[in-house]
Amino acid sequence: MEASKVIHAIYTDDDVLMSAVKTVKAEKHHIEEIYTPFPVHGLDKAMGLAPTRLAITAFLYGCVGISVATLMMNFIMIEDWPQDIGGKPSFSYLENMPAFVPIMFELTVFFAAHLMVITFYLRSRMWPFKKAENPDPRTTDDHFLMEIAVHNNEESLTNLLKDTGAVEINIVDKDEDAH
Amino acid sequence: MEYKISNRLRIAAIVLMVLGALGIAYGFIDSHSVNEGNITEYLANEAHHGGDHATDAHGDEQADTHGDTHADEAHVQDGHEVEAEGHELTHEEHVLHQLHNRPYAALYVAAFFFFMISLGVLAFYAIQYAAQAGWSPVLFRVMEGITSYVLPGGILVLVIAFVADSHIFIWMDENVVAHDTIIQNKEGWLNKTWFFIRALIFLAGWSVYRHFSRKFSVAQDNADINDNSYFKKNFRIAAAFLVFYIYTESMMSWDWIMSVDPHWFSTLFGWYVFASIFVSGITVIALISIYLKSKGLLTFVNDSHIHDLAKFMFGISIFWTYLWFSQFMLIWYANIPEEVTYFVTRIEDYNLPFFGMVALNFLFPLLLLMNSDYKRIPWFVVMAGIVILFGHYLDIFNMIMPATVGDRWFIGVPEIGSILFFGGLFMLIVFTSLGKYPLLAKGNPFIKESEHFHY
Repeated sequence: MEASKVIHAIYTDDDVLMSAVKTVKAEKHHIEEIYTPFPVHGLDKAMGLAPTRLAITAFLYGCVGISVATLMMNFIMIEDWPQDIGGKPSFSYLENMPAFVPIMFELTVFFAAHLMVITFYLRSRMWPFKKAENPDPRTTDDHFLMEIAVHNNEESLTNLLKDTGAVEINIVDKDEDAH
Repeated sequence: MEYKISNRLRIAAIVLMVLGALGIAYGFIDSHSVNEGNITEYLANEAHHGGDHATDAHGDEQADTHGDTHADEAHVQDGHEVEAEGHELTHEEHVLHQLHNRPYAALYVAAFFFFMISLGVLAFYAIQYAAQAGWSPVLFRVMEGITSYVLPGGILVLVIAFVADSHIFIWMDENVVAHDTIIQNKEGWLNKTWFFIRALIFLAGWSVYRHFSRKFSVAQDNADINDNSYFKKNFRIAAAFLVFYIYTESMMSWDWIMSVDPHWFSTLFGWYVFASIFVSGITVIALISIYLKSKGLLTFVNDSHIHDLAKFMFGISIFWTYLWFSQFMLIWYANIPEEVTYFVTRIEDYNLPFFGMVALNFLFPLLLLMNSDYKRIPWFVVMAGIVILFGHYLDIFNMIMPATVGDRWFIGVPEIGSILFFGGLFMLIVFTSLGKYPLLAKGNPFIKESEHFHY
């Protein structure tokens, strides 16, 4: 259920932001989003975000990479045309494996790295010509913005955020198209 | 945070040493029960046990196990299998040497293994000082405790090398050198006097650094809060020591290990041995820290410190594999006869230890320690650590044994006895030394940062 109205609380210091997040969480308000100009250490933990599973995908992609390398080299060098090249034993994959290890290693890294990056782009919805979803341009420079949905509790929420040290509080109609 | 070696631990260590000493003694008596008088009988008995094996083994031994030391001679014999009877005497002598070498080699492998652990910790310790690491100072006293084994352990390795003489280092046998042009050409470096002079220089350098570093570290504890002069001294000598260390470690690996195969050489051998030394050292730091923490003595060591140590175990295990594979693959690929004999003997006669060691030292740490959460679980790190240590024992075993006992290897009483003996000695010295000073180096300027370290 998307709220039509949201509250934007703006902070100018990451320490103040961190304590504000803790207060807001303690009051059981749901934080929609936080915009910061740089990574704030511990913010994800304070917000209670689930840990990323990107590393697990990278491991699986690496497994795909090493399989591709093994199957490819086994087919080309051992099964399809087992030539004698400089006396290297091409009777079985294992016998000639040391020569394939550099390729197996590189393809593992290649698949793990690139597919993980692409996964990251897809999951975080980033691509060229994508419209920026920035509610306030100052959040890329030196301001921090916390977005909380409003459910007929404008006043209490405003007061709470004021107390946490917000320098500016705006209530805005959420533009659904921006997402 | 005072620690005193408990009576139980001391008794356990002494029991290990006694058992080990019995095993070692048994190894010497058992191997010398075969001598010139009854070697023919011994071989005949062996032939009875497995007919196929005897004929097979004969050819193999002639060609390979003698390989490195008598490569030329062996090749000749290989080509003249028909004349095998004429060489019967040589074969018997050869087997006799291998049998007699075994207890010496077993002793040497175990002595070097425990010595290299403390040497690896010394290098790690110096790096932590030189890099001014903020996470590790809470572990400094543990490291200092382990490095107390450098001097006694090193002396023991040298004593064994001196006593074993040509049982381990074939180039110390004048009769062999007289008939071997390749060794003769290396005599400028490989001669007994110069070998021991070099060894004493290495050992003196490492022990002197260890002595002063420990002294300054303790002095810093008692110094004024604003006085960091001992820390600065430690920083300077650590930097100087690391330069000295990387040269001497390399030469030590040529002398103490590579020269058991005096016909063979490899340029990255020093690094390869270093990786083995380093990863075993880091693993032992982790194991002893976890042990002391479980006793409630290292309350300031948190799971982030264990996590960091486990990351080092993981990373350096992979570094070791990289060097192992680089050395193996370059030689395998080019397949130049005088280089490749080294791996031919190992693959033919030591197949399981040779490749098993790669699984233990690479696959296990890779899969066990990849997950970030697992690196914080003490029993998981202990399990991986035991596998890594056993793997690196096998690594040293694979370096020394093929040159000394050839295909007559076994991990039996002499080998296990030696491990028990030196393991007990290592425990006794390290834990006694750990009890000498408080376990927290409180004067270190980074100690607050280290106590609050969290990853």
